[in-house]
Amino acid sequence: MSAALPRNVLAADTAPPRAVVHPLPYVVKDRVVQDSVVKDSSRPQMPAALAPSSTTAAHPSPAAARRRRTELLLKILAPVLGIVAFIGLWALVAKGGSIPGPGATFDAARAVFADPFYRNGPNDQGIGWKVANSLGRVGIGFGLAALVGIPLGFMIGRFRFLAGMSEPIISLLRPVSPLAWLPIGLLVFKGAQSAAIWTIFISSIWPMIINTTVGVQRIPQDYMNVARVLNLSEWKVFTKILFPAVLPYMLTGVRLSIGVAWLVIVAAEMLTGGVGLGFWVWDEWNNLKVENILIAIAVIGVIGLALEQSLLLLAGRFDYAKDRS
Amino acid sequence: MDRHLIVEQAGITFDTKQGPFVALRDVDLTVRKGEFVTLIGHSGCGKSTLLNLVTGLLHPTAGHIFVAGREVAGPGPDRAVVFQNHSLLPWLTCFENVHLAVERVFGGVEPRVRLKARTDAALALVHLEHAAHKYPGEVSGGMKQRVGIARALAMEPKVLLMDEPFGALDALTRAHLQDELIKIVAATGSTVVMVTHDVDEAVLLSDRVVMLTNGPAATIGEILEVDLPRPRDRLALAADARYMACRSAVLAFLYQKQMKQAA
Repeated sequence: MSAALPRNVLAADTAPPRAVVHPLPYVVKDRVVQDSVVKDSSRPQMPAALAPSSTTAAHPSPAAARRRRTELLLKILAPVLGIVAFIGLWALVAKGGSIPGPGATFDAARAVFADPFYRNGPNDQGIGWKVANSLGRVGIGFGLAALVGIPLGFMIGRFRFLAGMSEPIISLLRPVSPLAWLPIGLLVFKGAQSAAIWTIFISSIWPMIINTTVGVQRIPQDYMNVARVLNLSEWKVFTKILFPAVLPYMLTGVRLSIGVAWLVIVAAEMLTGGVGLGFWVWDEWNNLKVENILIAIAVIGVIGLALEQSLLLLAGRFDYAKDRS
Repeated sequence: MDRHLIVEQAGITFDTKQGPFVALRDVDLTVRKGEFVTLIGHSGCGKSTLLNLVTGLLHPTAGHIFVAGREVAGPGPDRAVVFQNHSLLPWLTCFENVHLAVERVFGGVEPRVRLKARTDAALALVHLEHAAHKYPGEVSGGMKQRVGIARALAMEPKVLLMDEPFGALDALTRAHLQDELIKIVAATGSTVVMVTHDVDEAVLLSDRVVMLTNGPAATIGEILEVDLPRPRDRLALAADARYMACRSAVLAFLYQKQMKQAA
């Protein structure tokens, strides 16, 4: 709905949206203040006092340009140096002989990624299939959790009685280690695949319930007063006030949930088997192909990062916090 | 005399942990159609509470309130409110914020084109056509408050209620908006009840200034008729003897008769 708006430029940043210094609204504001001043004819002394100050910022001095260059260098150089240092450390540790070094791992990765979508039977498939399978399980488990958790969060937030009822249960079940739910899933759903999905579901539902609930409970009273004065229908209250006000909280819940789901899937797949990243790690441990374990760790990390970043990007589009001034 | 808004022996008592707290008692007030009335008093005296009773956000525990012959039972769009903190929905543009109110009031009976025209007209009234498609976060505090006024006026309310609408603005913007409000009210003939703590604002804008005594159990202390000709011009009035007299009458009430004890 608001995708094309200039205030959403912060969505393009990779840093968390709240930390971004965001010049645009201030520029707009300045112009606005001047506008209203020009119109005010009863106060002749004002335009002089508040006249458009200056446009020095348009042409940055050489010193400023130099500062920007250093900053850019820092932004690129520091992470690159970090990665180089990490690989160096890794090579050093690998010299001891217990884990493969960067070179050996890179060669193994070339082999693994050379044919990502091969299929040699049900338990021997390419890395692409493994990732797809793991993501599929996370998607289904997390999707079901969102389908249940978000509406539940809305209801708990809206009705205090329900909040009182659910509070002890949520506080009791939330800290339970995800894998403790796996046997229950195996027992009830009688299948490894559905047990893994169940584990994802039950461990990723809590952040969504809790954040949505908090979002509903923290809707500013002002907004609800507007709804009351306008006497809006329940549907309008939901679509125009409740939902947009809660959306940022909800998306935070979704982001945390995806993170949990991705953490849990690897562990769950280790236990349940099947095609997927988690079982791959376990399988390669049994084969003692440690290079592939390292590759799996890297792949898991990259995908987890991508999931997190894409949700941060999405959340940035719906961040209204700066508007509440 | 035409009695558009009637507050009859109204009072409100809150139940607190320390027992019942009488915030307002025995408030009697009648406002004519097209009249501009301000409520003034020290902070905490219950002037916003009185306004909320008319709004319907609070219910009187004693007495009755009638607007255009009907008793107030709850909030409704016939009593539009301009809130101190503007209360615009940040995810809607200025246009959409006003349109939400227009749609609610006229949605069932008028075609869409007419609703849009009403919204545009309301924004034009406060000179915000150019910012219609900006979000509240992108405009200044004064402009937000103007959108709030446009939203309230677009509903064509029987009474326009304003709760310290300019309290959060800087002095220059406030003066500018007061001047605009004078023109808007003259053009629309609105009946206005406004809460303020600004003596100049009260005298400049009102036909009558209603002064409340200090709480608890606050009530109307005095009512001052501001018999100044309209249109009023702040520069001309600054030296006007009648204006000064009104001003000192309100000041005398606030700082002599109702001197607030040190908290």
